[in-house]
This record gives sequence, structure tokens and C-alpha cells, in this order.
Amino acid sequence: MNLEYVGLKDINGPLVALDGVKGAAFDEIARIKLDDGTERIGRVVQLEGEKVILQVFEGTNGVSLKNTRTIFSGKPLEIPLSSEILGRVFSGAGKPIDGLGDVFPEKMGDVNGRALNPVSRNYPRNYIHTGISSIDSLMTLIRGQKLPIFSGSGMQHNKLAVQIVKQAKITGEENAEFGVVFAAMGVQNDVAEYFRRSFEDSGAIERVCMFLNLSSDPIIERLLTPLCALTAAEYLAFEKNMHILVIMTDMTSYCEALREFSSSKGEIPGRKGYPGYLYSNLAAIYERAGIINGSTGSVTQIPILTMPNDDITHPIPDLTAYITEGQIVFDRELDRKGIYPGVSVLLSLSRLMKDGIGEGYTRADHSAVSNQLFAAYAKVQDARSLASVIGEDELSETDRAYMKFGELFEEHFLNQDFDENRSMDETLDLGWDLLCTLPRSELDRIDDKLLDEKYKQSSLTTDNE
Amino acid sequence: MENTIYSINGPVVRAANTKDFSMLEMVYVGEKRLIGEVIGVTDEFTTVQVYENTSGIKVGEPICGSGMPVCANLGPGIISNIFDGIERPLRDMVKDNGAFVAEGSRLFSLDEEKLYDVTVTVKAGDKLCGGDIYCTTPETPLIVHKCMLPPDLSGEVIFAAENGKYRVNDVIIKLKTAGGEVKELTMVQRWPIKKARPIKGRKPSDRPLITGQRIIDTLIPIAKGGTAAIPGGFGTGKTVTQHQIAKWCDADIIVYIGCGERGNEMTQVLEEFGELIDPKSNRPLTDRTVLIANTSNMPVAAREASIYTGITLAEYYRDMGYHIAIMADSTSRWAEALREISGRLEEMPAEEGFPAYLPSRLSEFYERAGYVDNLNGTEGSVTIIGAVSPQGSDFSEPVTQNTKRFVRCFWALDKSLAYARHYPAIDWNSSYSEYIEDLAPYYNAISPDFTELRQEMADILQEENKLMEIVKLIGEDVLPDDQKLTIETARVIRVGFLQQNAHHAEDTYVPLEKQRLMMKVISTLYNKSLDALKIGIPLSQILSTGLFEKAVKMKYDIPNSRLDLFSDYLSEIDEKIS
Repeated sequence: MNLEYVGLKDINGPLVALDGVKGAAFDEIARIKLDDGTERIGRVVQLEGEKVILQVFEGTNGVSLKNTRTIFSGKPLEIPLSSEILGRVFSGAGKPIDGLGDVFPEKMGDVNGRALNPVSRNYPRNYIHTGISSIDSLMTLIRGQKLPIFSGSGMQHNKLAVQIVKQAKITGEENAEFGVVFAAMGVQNDVAEYFRRSFEDSGAIERVCMFLNLSSDPIIERLLTPLCALTAAEYLAFEKNMHILVIMTDMTSYCEALREFSSSKGEIPGRKGYPGYLYSNLAAIYERAGIINGSTGSVTQIPILTMPNDDITHPIPDLTAYITEGQIVFDRELDRKGIYPGVSVLLSLSRLMKDGIGEGYTRADHSAVSNQLFAAYAKVQDARSLASVIGEDELSETDRAYMKFGELFEEHFLNQDFDENRSMDETLDLGWDLLCTLPRSELDRIDDKLLDEKYKQSSLTTDNE
Repeated sequence: MENTIYSINGPVVRAANTKDFSMLEMVYVGEKRLIGEVIGVTDEFTTVQVYENTSGIKVGEPICGSGMPVCANLGPGIISNIFDGIERPLRDMVKDNGAFVAEGSRLFSLDEEKLYDVTVTVKAGDKLCGGDIYCTTPETPLIVHKCMLPPDLSGEVIFAAENGKYRVNDVIIKLKTAGGEVKELTMVQRWPIKKARPIKGRKPSDRPLITGQRIIDTLIPIAKGGTAAIPGGFGTGKTVTQHQIAKWCDADIIVYIGCGERGNEMTQVLEEFGELIDPKSNRPLTDRTVLIANTSNMPVAAREASIYTGITLAEYYRDMGYHIAIMADSTSRWAEALREISGRLEEMPAEEGFPAYLPSRLSEFYERAGYVDNLNGTEGSVTIIGAVSPQGSDFSEPVTQNTKRFVRCFWALDKSLAYARHYPAIDWNSSYSEYIEDLAPYYNAISPDFTELRQEMADILQEENKLMEIVKLIGEDVLPDDQKLTIETARVIRVGFLQQNAHHAEDTYVPLEKQRLMMKVISTLYNKSLDALKIGIPLSQILSTGLFEKAVKMKYDIPNSRLDLFSDYLSEIDEKIS
């Protein structure tokens, strides 16, 4: 019989303190029973002598110093796992909320996870085909990668995430089992509903496991949501050998919940009031992606975050990009121009792409084309800023060619329909077609042999001059 | 009386009412015997930072002292290995615990079963001092491991084993100290990671660390035994630059510290360095590399230790007479680990929450670099190259600024260059090296025109920088021909020389002589064109020769093995511009 501790010593925001507790373990889970029969879950976040501080996931509304009885479980938070979790919907703390009853567990998984030994990792090399030109050619998504989407309020990041889920295809292994784990943190009801409906429409819903913490749900539960989702993802990937794509939105809400928790604990704040351990905390989430020896599955993460005030130097996007393997950044201006997906090519990057493209993976000329497109589009920006000073008419011929290239690139290459699924060949050929609108001498990232073979009259300029 | 845990707050654990522990002592915490270090002792509390995850530890569990500070185990078996922040072998941990890192692992750093071919270099009756070598063994095909007397020990050999096969913990010699005590020495010694190993004296840094990276070797060189920082925002290529240096630099041994960085990156180093063949020795790069991995999700206290473990291993090999280069990626994560621990201790923060002792810790670390005379008469060097990840790419933040004070070489990575995919994105305007003068005699010994060519190139870039201010306002067309020539030449330098493709077989490493010849071609092209302009030939005519385009591509067109082809380039310039 477990000891029940009656009453509390202190309540401070989501934290409660108990005194006179013996033998509580750091990080263990406690159940707090209220007099009205409901039960809440808390986690030990600090121990000092016989004083225990608990973080209550469901919040402390209605909790008084007298109406509780607390039982320590002696275990960290665990969620039930089995293949049946696909197709199910859970709360942010891993409880089923779709009315289909409890999951019959094959095993219980500790949500905290452990660090993956770098020796046991396999370096990710196989690309995931998304059918989106900008991503496939310029910031290729690799299986086992963590590639976040940096967006801002009101932009089309959710639509892009849905399109990626819908079109994602693993080349090479046609019979590979593919699944999606979706974690919503502090998103509005309609956003969660939009994702659910889109998964349903595309017929993917049976392969999706959802963890929902909506914006009206308790904030501290938000801190658990990615942990539960990743525990499920790791189980499916490394024990059931599936390829799992984890979509987490919105990481900004997560970080804000962490800040709230930290300040109620009275910790010394770092930049912009976020706790000094924000980096380690985010790393504990993002690093749970990859491929391990001895399993054919993989965990690929696409976290989505909205940059406060579109500021990429804000601590949340900044620290995220230091941990993740690249980033896909949305651009407000392109979005306003009506270009979908409005990806800011120059700010975006996939770090793992260099080893997963080219001969044997995508196409031999892939790296040359993408390097040249990047370099050329960088020059477009120079030409544009010059044009804004001296006027377009005064530009040199080369600069005018770049202006034209920029327009065509945005309109034909970046821009594509929500249900347009471009093959790798289509994308790269389109890239060549665009590059051929520039004078050959400008293509300095491509060696002559390849240019001799590929440089020809562009189909995009035939109606020109 | 047994000491017990009084409080737990993340990685910080306290014991109450004890006087048993000393500062920086290594302790074992809890039933799982997690490894920790004493970081504060007061009348009331002893504060311990724990190098492992403290989940599940209870108040009242024991804390035991070890009587010694946190030490590194030094002996054969270090090279080619991968360790965590406190020198536990990660490969062996996989065998024990599976794919995920578990707590409480007590594995010994080195392989205790492996038999080494040992040559004993002393005999009974020899008198030895600290640092003297008593036996050697081939550790990898590249590195001969030399076991040395611990620096604080001296005495007379009273027993020396025969040459033969031994394990690391077998006794090789017995030593009688002046006090009459007999010490048994194996191939392993222990050394506290936070204490610099003693040396006889420092030497001037007058030899460069050749990296094969053009912008570094020619424009912003680093000396063997020097210190450099690579600050750069995310995506600017800090890690690729460090990998490139680790792969190609002419140090004997590389210590690569992955401090709070990505797990996949460490895996990449493991895989890639095992496959890549060092052109100088024809052996895989792993034969000269040791990795220390504390990935960003591993415990934060061990992140602090990883830097010290790395430099201690480097100093140990330096004492044998080797040249070591340390890559620390990234020192910002180490500083953040200090901040996190400091925050948990509720210390008064200085700038941006970092503790006030951040600068002194940074300087202690960088001061352990140097080109030195060792106790045993050999000479060796430790070069430190630390990456810095400034928050928000803002170089005025505390870690970058404090690092800048203690390093002599600053390779600033620039975001806009990286966006334009100009790699390595080292900004030649804001980077500097204080070693240029020290190294000038070395470069001039290679070829008397080396420093002149470099200066000319730096001047052209400087001039271009000024001209670009004007071009940004009024466009390039209005400039006179000689200024346009400067801009064109600068373009050749930027694209053809400074840009270097790490993924291109020929371009990834460029020998110094090729670098010099490339500078020579650019200089000749510039000066000939300038002469031509003076006699009235328009620039457009000079550009139409295609020589500038050709110069941009010479890095790909001339293989490293065919440097004779450069004379064709030079004569073609003579021919076409006259």
C-alpha cells in the first residue's frame, strides 16, 4: 500500500510543494487526488530534504492546501505503446481522448527517452521525396533528419506540412511502412481540425497517431506533448521498423510554456526571459530523430514554429536552428505575392542534403544545379537592391538578366499547386531551364563539361525580346 | 558516517552537514553510483554537479567520495576511439547498454584485454625523471605511443619487463623513488582534467598549421600551438570548416570534441574519417583521430567536462612529441553549460545570465595551447580551434567577445556569404590573424614572393570593399576602367581563390605550392591588365580574352598533381594581353 500524503504546503502557479515526504525520487510521477474525485498528474522537479516540489500537468485550478491526497508512483511518466496507437488520438499527456478506450499496451515507454549513443546511429543518407520543387532540389529532406519550418502567424506553414505528409515518398524501398506522429502544442482547435481532416481526406488517417494539446488545454501538459509523441515515434520506428515522420506544431507555444514554468519556479532567466537551459531542453526533443543500427525504421522530424514578429534571431528559432539539421524559412513578402510555398530560399538550408543527393540517390547533376540556383538567386537580391536605388533602366545587362531570372524562379519554380506533385526529374529540368536564361559565363558553379551538355536555349525566354 | 543526498535540482545535488569532501573531488552519487564532481563546499552544504541524468535518484541515497579529482586515463587505446565527456568508451557502452546511453556505466576508458607489442626503452639501474619515456608501442599504424613517467615522479628503475606483448594494466617497470618508496608503473597513468600538464618551456609560434584551405593558409594563417576561434551563426559552416581542418591539416593527431552538438554530426565524423584516406600517410584518418562526444541531449555537466577531457588527452600526446590540433565544436555550448549549472546554484549572474567567471574559464582553456619544450626534451604543440555559436548571430554577445580576447586568430563566418553559398564563409574583412608576422619567415622560405603576393591580394580585396560602397549607390558602369579592373580581379579572387569546394575531390585540399601559383596567376593577370590599360587598351577587350573566366576555374582545371600546368596559364596571359 502506497503512502498517501494529505494536503499541500504551498501552491505557486503550476507548482505545488509538499513537506514531510520520505523517499521521493527526482523526476518521478505522483498522482494528486482531489476531494471531488478527479485526479491530476504531477512530476517531481525539485527535492530538498523532506520538501518536494511537484509540477502539475493539468494546472492547479481548484486545488487548495487541504483538498488533496498525493501518491508517489516511484516511476517516471510512462505511456502505453503498441502498434494500435496508429489511428488514435491522445491528449498532450498521452491519454486517449477519442472515446475508443485505453490502449492495450505491448510495453510501457518512459517518455523522457535517453540520449542515443552516436556510435549506434546510422548517418542519414536516403532522401524523402516531397514533390515540392524548392524542398526537393534546394533543401532536400533526408530520412532521419530534423528539418524545422520557420514561419510566422498567418503564413502557409500548415498547408505545406500537410502537403509534405500527403506526398512524402521514400524512394528505393517501395514496401516500407510509413507512419505519421502528429503533436499539436497550443494550437487552435481549427488548426488541429484542419490537420485531422486533411489526413482523413488523403486516406492517411489510419497511419497517423495524434497527440493534441490545444491552446485551451493546460500549459504544463504542453511540456509533455512532444515527449509523448516522440516516445511513440521511437517505438514505431525502432521496434516496429516503420518510417515515421513527426510533425510538431507549434514549438513556440512549447517554449512559452517552458518559460512560464521556469519563472514560476523562480529560476534565473536567460535571454528574453527564457530559461538558460532552453537549448538543452530543445535538444532533448530534436535529437530524438535519426536511424539506429539494427533497425530498418527511422524518425524524421518536421517541427513547425512561428517566429515571434518574423524575427529569425529570436531565441526560439535561433536555438532551434543550432540544433536541427537545417531549416525551411517562410518569407512574408513572397507569401504576400501569392507564391505558395513562399520559401525564402537563401535563408533555408538542409545540412544533410550534401550526402543524400547526386549519383545513386537523386541525379548526378543535382548538387551543381542547386548550388548554381542558390548563387544566382543571391545575385538577384543584389540586383534588386541596386535597382531600388538607381532604377531598373540603369542596370547593366547582366543585372537585368538576373532580375528576370528572379521573377521566373519565383513564379515557376517556387510556386506550385497544393496538389502538384513534381518528380525529381521535373524539378531539376525546370532548374536547368531557369539557369539557361542567364548568360553562360555567369554559371560559375558548374563545370564546363556539364554545361556543354546541358546549356541550351531556355524555353522560358522564347517569347522574350 | 555515510553521507547522503539532501537535495536534488536537475544535475545539481547537495549533501548536508559534512566536511568530508574537497573541492573538485570526484564523487559517486546515489545507488546507481553516478559520477559527479564537487563544485562547492560550505559549512552547511557540499554541492555536486552530476555528469549523468539524475532521474530516479532519491533524497537519502548515499554520496561517496573517491579521494581524487576527476581524472583522465591516459594510455594506449585512446587514438581511433570515441569517448563521452568523462572519457567513457562509447563503443563499449553500446555492447553493455544498447543503442541508448544509460546511467551508471563504470566502463574503463581503455581496452584492458588488448595485447600491445611493447618495447621497453629503459633497464634496471636507469635514473628517470618526470616525463621520461620508459616504453613504446605502436598504437595505430601512424602513432607510436610512448609511455612516460607521470610529471611529478622520479627515481631509479629497479625492474624493467622484457619486450613483449602486454595489456595496458600490466606492470612494465618498477621505480624506487628518492624517498625509498617502490612504484609500479603500467602503461596507464591518470591526470586531473582541470590541471594543465607541466612543461619545460614555451617556444615561439613560428610554424604554420597547414590546412590546405586557401583562405586560411594564405590570408589568415594559424601557427602550430596557436589559438583560433570560428564564430558564426547557424548554417554558416562552422562544422564543415572544422571538419575540413580536422581532415587535412598537418597535425599528427586530431582531438575532435563534439560539445553539445548534433548526434548525426558525430556519426558523420565516425563514418567519414574511417573511409577517408590521408594523402600523406595513406591511412584512414581515424588512425590519427580521437573523438569526444557529448551530444546536445547528453547530460549538461559532462559537457563542461568534455572540453577539459579533450585538452588533457591532447597535452598527453604533446608530451610524447606530437603536434595536436583540437577542434572544439562548440565552445558556446560549454559556456551555456557553465551558465546552466551556475543558474542552478543561484549564483549572481553577469552578462546575459552567464556567470562572472566565464572569461577566466575561457582563458584557462585557451592558455593550454602552445608550442612547447616538453619535460623529456622533445617538442610538441597543441593548437586549439574553437567554434563559437553566437546567439542571434550577434558577435557582441559575451562568449564571442570574451573568446576574442584570448585567441590570436579570428575566422569570422559571415551570414551573407553563406546565403550566397560562398564557402568557406570566412569574412576576409572582419577576420584577422596575429600570427602573420611570426610566420612570415616560414612562408618566405618557401618562396620569396609569397608574402608579397598575399599582400597584393589583400590590398585588392580591401580596395574592392571600398569601391563596392560606390557601386551600391550608382552602379558599376560609371567607374573608370582601372577601378573596374580591381572589381573584376577581386571577383576572380573571391570566386576562384577564396571559395573552396569541400565536396570536390581536387579542391577539398590544396597544397601550399598550388595556392602560391594560383596567387601568382591572379597577380600576373592583374598587373598585365593594368599595364594594358595604361597604353589605352579598353577593359572590355581584355575581358573578352576569357582569361578571367579561365582563372576562376583554374582551381578545378589544374589537378594538385599537375602544378606544371600553371606555366601554360602564365604564358597564355603574356600572349593574349600585350
